[in-house]
Amino acid sequence: MHPDLTALFITFKLAAITTLILLLVGTPLAWWLARSQWRFKFMIETVIALPLVLPPTVLGFYLLIMLGPNGPIGGLAEAVGGRPLAFTFTGLVIGSVFYSLPFVVQPLQNVFTAIGENVMEQAATLRASPLDRFFNVMVPIARPGFLTAAVLGFAHTIGEFGVVLMIGGNIPGETKVVSIAIYDHVESLEYTQAHLLSGGLLLLSFLMLMAVYGLNRRFSVLRS
Amino acid sequence: MSLQVRLNIPRKDFSINVSLSVTPGQVTSVFGPSGCGKTSLMRAIAGLENGATGQIRMADEVWQSDDYFRPPHQRDIGYVFQDASLFPHLNVFDNLQFGLRRQTRDKRRVSLEQAIDLLALSSLLKRSVDTLSGGEKQRVAIARAVATSPSVLLFDEPLAAVDIAHKQEILRYIQSLHRELDIPMLYVSHAIDEVARLSDNLVLLEKGQQLASGKTADLLSQLSLPFANYEEAAAVLDTTVSGRDEFYGLNQLAFAGGQLQVSHGNLKQGEKVRLRIMARDVSLTLTRHENSSILNIFPAVIESMANEGAAQKLVRLNAGGQIILSRITAKSADELRLQPGMQVFAQVKAISPLV
Repeated sequence: MHPDLTALFITFKLAAITTLILLLVGTPLAWWLARSQWRFKFMIETVIALPLVLPPTVLGFYLLIMLGPNGPIGGLAEAVGGRPLAFTFTGLVIGSVFYSLPFVVQPLQNVFTAIGENVMEQAATLRASPLDRFFNVMVPIARPGFLTAAVLGFAHTIGEFGVVLMIGGNIPGETKVVSIAIYDHVESLEYTQAHLLSGGLLLLSFLMLMAVYGLNRRFSVLRS
Repeated sequence: MSLQVRLNIPRKDFSINVSLSVTPGQVTSVFGPSGCGKTSLMRAIAGLENGATGQIRMADEVWQSDDYFRPPHQRDIGYVFQDASLFPHLNVFDNLQFGLRRQTRDKRRVSLEQAIDLLALSSLLKRSVDTLSGGEKQRVAIARAVATSPSVLLFDEPLAAVDIAHKQEILRYIQSLHRELDIPMLYVSHAIDEVARLSDNLVLLEKGQQLASGKTADLLSQLSLPFANYEEAAAVLDTTVSGRDEFYGLNQLAFAGGQLQVSHGNLKQGEKVRLRIMARDVSLTLTRHENSSILNIFPAVIESMANEGAAQKLVRLNAGGQIILSRITAKSADELRLQPGMQVFAQVKAISPLV
């Protein structure tokens, strides 16, 4: 396979896995944030929002230390017979999950807050158990939020550079993603390839966001 | 199959203490001003309110006790909320089916068709819920609760978000539920006309405390309770249609104290009709006036009297066991020398049948 295609494939694999993990982790987290009355909740919200303001290299630097052979997570991985997570695809996934967390949690938290307790209470009085009402009432009503969260998480992961640079290195076929490939092409003055990848990514991001806004208009249950 | 409730619900400024029971075929109303704890009480019965302690029993099932709490989805209730918010992602039909599908088969006594019929929803089934008017939404919400065949129906100010024009309509639907189904109902409201119309029993709540409870007709006519001081103080009479004067288009209604003639549409012979007679529409005479335009005149005995300011008096009358209230000026009372125990004639200027 052409190295650029490999980079593209790794990018999408990374974005897909990251998005999946983020939806699984982000949904309960966002639910808790939307419902909890805990007075120090704002501290958790702050931590989740940090990647929005932190330079990706800072996040990447700390992740590198954590995931490396002397870091707590990397050390643990080594202790159970694995290898340190820095410069691996798994490490990249972990980094991306942290990096894109706010993009998934915030839209979900907003939609859960907007929907409110009332419909869930109605469902409870209509014999729906807690799980039943979450999946058959909250999730369908919150669909626009899930769609926004998934696409933002996915798109943001595709666009990451700094974090990947710090913890992923540049191993073709393993951790080399499109944004790094573009950087490499520009470095070696291969503008044609850089154009191709950049233009492709631009078009793709545009189409994805357009799909979200278009679909959300059709499903705008919340706005009515 | 009666519901027994004895609850204590702590709140910021006061705590709610209520003990009541709702029996099959009966509507019990909880009446009180906004913020008196009515809604919290309903939520606690449904299991939605945290911090409520006490006992709730439905027939021989315990829903709540000191060491047991049955979660809301396992309590056999139908709850109609103030603001009828339906599930926005489902159309009317799917909203109606939501609770029904989750009710076990052996407990289904009301069919979906019956619920749709009772609330006249057959033309709305395919509609999306955000195209419905406030009144239509509330009808769907009521039918959705009824379709689960609940052991008790809880209405939490169901008319609060309905415009005036549709209030009467919804009240008629609730009355028909009361007639057609044997489901006990608990109805919470701060509107005395709704309560007078619907309920057999009444619980008066103020700042969480139960001021009085008993038969609706009894409580509404007690001079010591706040109802008597309302501008629209009124007595409630349960009557039976005993005949009809076709020539003048009048219905004859029999009650404990005699006969009344009412011009309200065409009522069916034998039908039970509840009437409301406002205190301000009842005047008193010492002898029966033969040449009067007032049709409804009957003898009654003064039971008690209460001053309302300097100018007015409220008189509680007993007509063959039926209590009637009359509001007259203090001047008239003095000139007629009205005293408890006196025989008088009550002249009723206007009667509103609550159908």
